[in-house]
Amino acid sequence: MESLNTQVIVLNFELKGSDFEAAGEASSKIKLVLQQIGIRSDVIRRIAISAYEAEMNVIIHAYRGKMKAEIFSDHTKITLKDEGPGISDIKLAMQEGYSTAPDYIREMGFGAGMGLPNMVRCTDKFDIESSVGIGTTISMTVCHNPLTIVGQ
Amino acid sequence: MKLEEVGRILEADLLCGEDLLLREVVTVCGSDLLSDVLAFTIQETLLLTALINMQVIRTADLSDLIGIVFVNGKRPGTDLIAMAQQKRIPLFVTRLPMYEACGRLYQYGLKGCI
Repeated sequence: MESLNTQVIVLNFELKGSDFEAAGEASSKIKLVLQQIGIRSDVIRRIAISAYEAEMNVIIHAYRGKMKAEIFSDHTKITLKDEGPGISDIKLAMQEGYSTAPDYIREMGFGAGMGLPNMVRCTDKFDIESSVGIGTTISMTVCHNPLTIVGQ
Repeated sequence: MKLEEVGRILEADLLCGEDLLLREVVTVCGSDLLSDVLAFTIQETLLLTALINMQVIRTADLSDLIGIVFVNGKRPGTDLIAMAQQKRIPLFVTRLPMYEACGRLYQYGLKGCI
């Protein structure tokens, strides 16, 4: 994807599977930067929620992962690439209420099967690719001005 | 309704956020499913929950919740309170169970995120 604006802030994070202490820290830092540069609060909320859901998915399901936020003046793109079990049936995983999370995750308040549908709902562009036994890559874009259509 | 009034109605103890009690509560969500909180709340919602793990604060911070009331007398640890202070999220604890707490606030005119 190309942006008309050349200025970009790039943030990179390393995520560790099962590290629930740190879960959400990366998304929190992304949110802080977006606030500092004056992005609309309702737009920040959509970016923060989708980033957090994706970050939690890596912590819950994968062994490790990389999270990257690219903040352009007109949109933010967040990419997560993990090493993990992968998803065998993406269509099924995208259904609201479907989850493979274990009980201890549910006790924490997650694993309700709302993560992926919530990411789709909060973003303007959502892509997911997965290979069983290798890992999953998610890419999400949110326009800063909701009237802008990215990539057109 | 201001947060301080919510505290009175729920007979709640304030754990942190004394300087934030004049925040206006518009909507309320009662849930122990953080994914649902992320999916179904709107900005500046008050959360009622029985969960007392760190992810509650992360969820509140990332989805711009206005405050949290822990029901059933659940008291979080000092590390959770410290993070809430840092993120400027007021915390209350009430002995009331979830249904009673939600019911009281609804009776006073506070609606859910519909």
